[in-house]
Amino acid sequence: MVGILEDKDRIFTNLYGLHDWRLEGARARGVWNGTADMLSQTPEWVCDQIKASGLRGRGGAGFATGLKWTFMPKQIGERPHFLVVNADESEPGTCKDREIMRFDPHRLIEGCLVASYAIRAHDCIIYIRGEYVLEREHLEAALVEAVVARLIGKDNIHGWDCDIRVTHGAGAYICGDEMALLESLEGKKGQPRLKPPFPAGAGVYGCPTTVNNVESIAVTPEILRRGAEWFTKFGRPKNSGTKLMSASGHVNKPCVVEEAMSIPIRQLIDDHFGGVRGGWGNLKAIIPGGSSVRMIPAEECEVALMDFDDLVARKSGLGTAAMIVMDKECDIVAAVARLSYFYKHESCGQCTPCREGTGWMWRVMERMVTGEAEPKEIDLLLDVASQVEGHTICGLGDAAAWPIQGLFMHFRPEIEQRIAQYRTRRANHPGATLIAAE
Amino acid sequence: MPKAKVNGVEVEFESGMTVLQVAELAGEEIPRFCYHERLSIAGNCRMCLVEVKPGPPKPQASCALPAADGQEIVTNSAMVEKARKGVMEFLLINHPLDCPICDQGGECDLQDQAMGYGRDATRYAENKRAVEEKYMGPLIKTAMTRCIQCTRCVRFVTEVAGVSEIGLISRGEDVEITTYLDQAVVSELSANVIDLCPVGALTSKPYAFNARSWELTKTQSVDVMDALGSAIRVDARGPAVLRVLPRVNDAVNEEWISDKTRYACDGLSRQRLDRPMLRDGGRLRPASWTDAFGAVIERLRGAAPERVGVVAGDLQDAESMKAALDLFGGLGVTSLDCRQDGVVLGGAPRESWLFNSTLEGIEQADAILLVGTNPRLEAPVFNARLRRLWLAGKARIGVIGERADLTYDYDYLGGGPFGVAGLADSDSAFARAFKGAQRPAIILGQGALTRPDSAAVLAAVATLGAAIGVVREGWNGWNVLHTAAARVGGLDLGFVPRPGGKTAREMTAEGALDMLVLLGADEIDLSATDAFVVYLGTHGDAGAHRADVILPGAAYTEKNGLYVNTEGRVQRGERAVFPKGDAREDWAILRALAERLGVRLGYDTLDQLRERLFADHPTFGRIDFAPGSIPTKLDLSSLGVAGEVSPAPFASPVKAFHLTNPIARASVTMSECAALASGLKLAAE
Repeated sequence: MVGILEDKDRIFTNLYGLHDWRLEGARARGVWNGTADMLSQTPEWVCDQIKASGLRGRGGAGFATGLKWTFMPKQIGERPHFLVVNADESEPGTCKDREIMRFDPHRLIEGCLVASYAIRAHDCIIYIRGEYVLEREHLEAALVEAVVARLIGKDNIHGWDCDIRVTHGAGAYICGDEMALLESLEGKKGQPRLKPPFPAGAGVYGCPTTVNNVESIAVTPEILRRGAEWFTKFGRPKNSGTKLMSASGHVNKPCVVEEAMSIPIRQLIDDHFGGVRGGWGNLKAIIPGGSSVRMIPAEECEVALMDFDDLVARKSGLGTAAMIVMDKECDIVAAVARLSYFYKHESCGQCTPCREGTGWMWRVMERMVTGEAEPKEIDLLLDVASQVEGHTICGLGDAAAWPIQGLFMHFRPEIEQRIAQYRTRRANHPGATLIAAE
Repeated sequence: MPKAKVNGVEVEFESGMTVLQVAELAGEEIPRFCYHERLSIAGNCRMCLVEVKPGPPKPQASCALPAADGQEIVTNSAMVEKARKGVMEFLLINHPLDCPICDQGGECDLQDQAMGYGRDATRYAENKRAVEEKYMGPLIKTAMTRCIQCTRCVRFVTEVAGVSEIGLISRGEDVEITTYLDQAVVSELSANVIDLCPVGALTSKPYAFNARSWELTKTQSVDVMDALGSAIRVDARGPAVLRVLPRVNDAVNEEWISDKTRYACDGLSRQRLDRPMLRDGGRLRPASWTDAFGAVIERLRGAAPERVGVVAGDLQDAESMKAALDLFGGLGVTSLDCRQDGVVLGGAPRESWLFNSTLEGIEQADAILLVGTNPRLEAPVFNARLRRLWLAGKARIGVIGERADLTYDYDYLGGGPFGVAGLADSDSAFARAFKGAQRPAIILGQGALTRPDSAAVLAAVATLGAAIGVVREGWNGWNVLHTAAARVGGLDLGFVPRPGGKTAREMTAEGALDMLVLLGADEIDLSATDAFVVYLGTHGDAGAHRADVILPGAAYTEKNGLYVNTEGRVQRGERAVFPKGDAREDWAILRALAERLGVRLGYDTLDQLRERLFADHPTFGRIDFAPGSIPTKLDLSSLGVAGEVSPAPFASPVKAFHLTNPIARASVTMSECAALASGLKLAAE
């Protein structure tokens, strides 16, 4: 058997686009099956089921989805409730939501209806990444189909009015932060808001709002269909369920695959991604969750499990479960420097540590790549990273600090050697003539 | 009341307070850059980070975090120290550290807090960022490389000033504060961003490189540029007033002042009358005080009292008006007037000419009708208060008069007096709101009170007010918004024509008088008068131009004086510098003139004069007191004279905001602003 998950337990059965993504095809795969039964239960029941399933947010932070839904007011007050689906998937190396939206849009739409019901929202907005053009087209076409079939919208056959709209971003990574996303949704500049107030109290347009990742929403109908217990069968306790995982970088077959949580990383890579380029022994390190977590070195990859708690224990994180695999040929310092540039480029500039710190860290990293840096700058860099981490409004500061911290946690001697080499080479380069600088 | 522990010390606080406020209650200083009490919370500088338990194991922005019962706030832990040091370092790495050539030096938050919370040396080896200079008009000098992106200025112009002309563009380390199109900020309150800027990014252009803050003598005083009496601090070095800054007075100006208040001060050293002058053969020539007094006395003795008139100007202090009243009233002069513009108020009960709701109290109003006033030009700081009221959705505002951009939405109810009459029977949305309001208020401006038909207009507005019941149990919504700092004081003194006397306008008619005494009166048309004109004032403006004798007086920064603002609040102006040259304080000049005339006024010092003033007019004795708080029985039906009104629309008396008085007209800065405001292009010299 390949991997752990059996085919019958897969939620995303059209992950590779081999089948029809439209309504008819989706129905054949079981989507929109028994949705009315789910909605005949109370919203509390839906929340309880999701809580019981142990589903943790699939966007990266891993907050319990069912619990998040219960933060919403129990009655619709003066202000309407909103469900906002975060489809602004911009994390480097991550493309799991993309596959859902372009090949299984109805699963997401069904999830939107169910989740909206659970949080008593009649309005749902899917905020999709601006670059996802095909995905938007598919999603919008699927929405039209669903409205025409009266699956969603006003007076639909499920008895819960739910207006689902798609709106697209303009290409800023920061808008994937839920608070910045809400700002952007309101037509403002994408700068994260302060918490509190949390979205469940005052979210988009000041109304109670729940913001969820695409995958979190898309799996909920299937959990309700098959029962919470089914979902908890997979993975270790508190890390239950199946999850879309992917690999990019130095693997033989980079792809997105649905697997059970807590699958050993090595098994995941060997079974699904065709192994590391040049064999497992050629592995150097893996960044397991997109780019915004600390990396884990090869020896730990041997035993690490793909779930929230195991990776946190290894001072890393599951993130989006989109691993970046780097083999021994990879200039790992250059790779992290490139990530630093990314965070510097995507910092919104609102709060001080991130605005000033990301640029500083990137510049020092660039010198680390060539070895021009001073040896003492390593500690300086780590100190700066710790001054950014945990001091910012949103998580981008943390995300910028972690890759660097991970690099030095595991590969510090390598960089020290590089700096030493650079200095040696400069003075004693064969044929070099030392000229006094006058 | 909920309780929290700050560094182990328990404090009680009111619910709704932030962690920062609670920490301050406990006496802990929390450093901050972006947080400002009167602006929305941005939470972006991260300087105010503190440790809060229960909570996540990382420092929290105390400015934005609501305090909760049982919270433990720690401001002196290692975590907090690291956070502050870190933020301070980040703020400084791209800051030019050009303190020696920066005008903010000495009063710079960044400088002070770097001393308190920063590291002793830099670890930053990269190149510093440079930011392109921005143009923000003739008042705000920019050095944007110094900017720390706290966005106080953005929040101020957007929220308080009500113009979205400053913003933060780009992102990451490339963010820049900008006016978008490199245009001047068009707001009467724009220069307040200079005070708000915690660093030297926005500094005062006219004051650039003039002085260091520690060289200045600071005098607390009140402003006379409009009738609000904003609290100001006059900063002077030697004989020159170098700048004017706001002081906090929540009842009047909160902590803002208008650009005119702030920048007209260069007019204090230009066009000044610094010695007595006599007109000789059609030309003014310098003279001694003896000669000048002699010329005045000669004319005065030769003129019948009913052929003598006295007009008090808009910037006069109460003491000089009192001295003039005592002197000329004692001589039998009946033509006395403090109303150059011909306002129809005066004589009737004091409440009829006051802003009875008080400037602070207007925030209790739920429907406000502006009649013949453009508060944005006449009292910009007060207009910001109205804007806040509107932003909070607390009051509906209607306007009869100019259809101007007031920085908030209003119901436009017509341009002229017919709108007033029509409102009582109207069924418009505003009329319904006004009639149904718990605390309706009318704000009556000078635009409605200085017309030929103003007596009838006043009667019409008073009738409307009575019908609506703007004066009711526990609420007085009858408000007059004055434009002249001296006006309420003058009216309170009874500086109005005695029986048989002429009004200011009648006095300036041809052949009306033999002798006309102007106490700093420059806003009156003197082209027709053929009287002998004595001008006691400070600037070579309209009055001095026509004068036969000039007696040089003291400007508001050069004398101790009492001013009564539009609410009836008596406030003390303090002397910051001495009068120019041979000039003397106004009351002293009048007192000396009396001496020459052989008239005993009964006071030889300012204190004695004030004693007499308080005895004769008790309202002056209550300093810093606005009578709006005492219950009143104002009978609105007694106001004005019913009659025909003209359909002509009301026009605000303030045509050019920057040029409303002789000091402002002498100011180069104000001329620049006025030229800019009127769309004129200045030659680039």
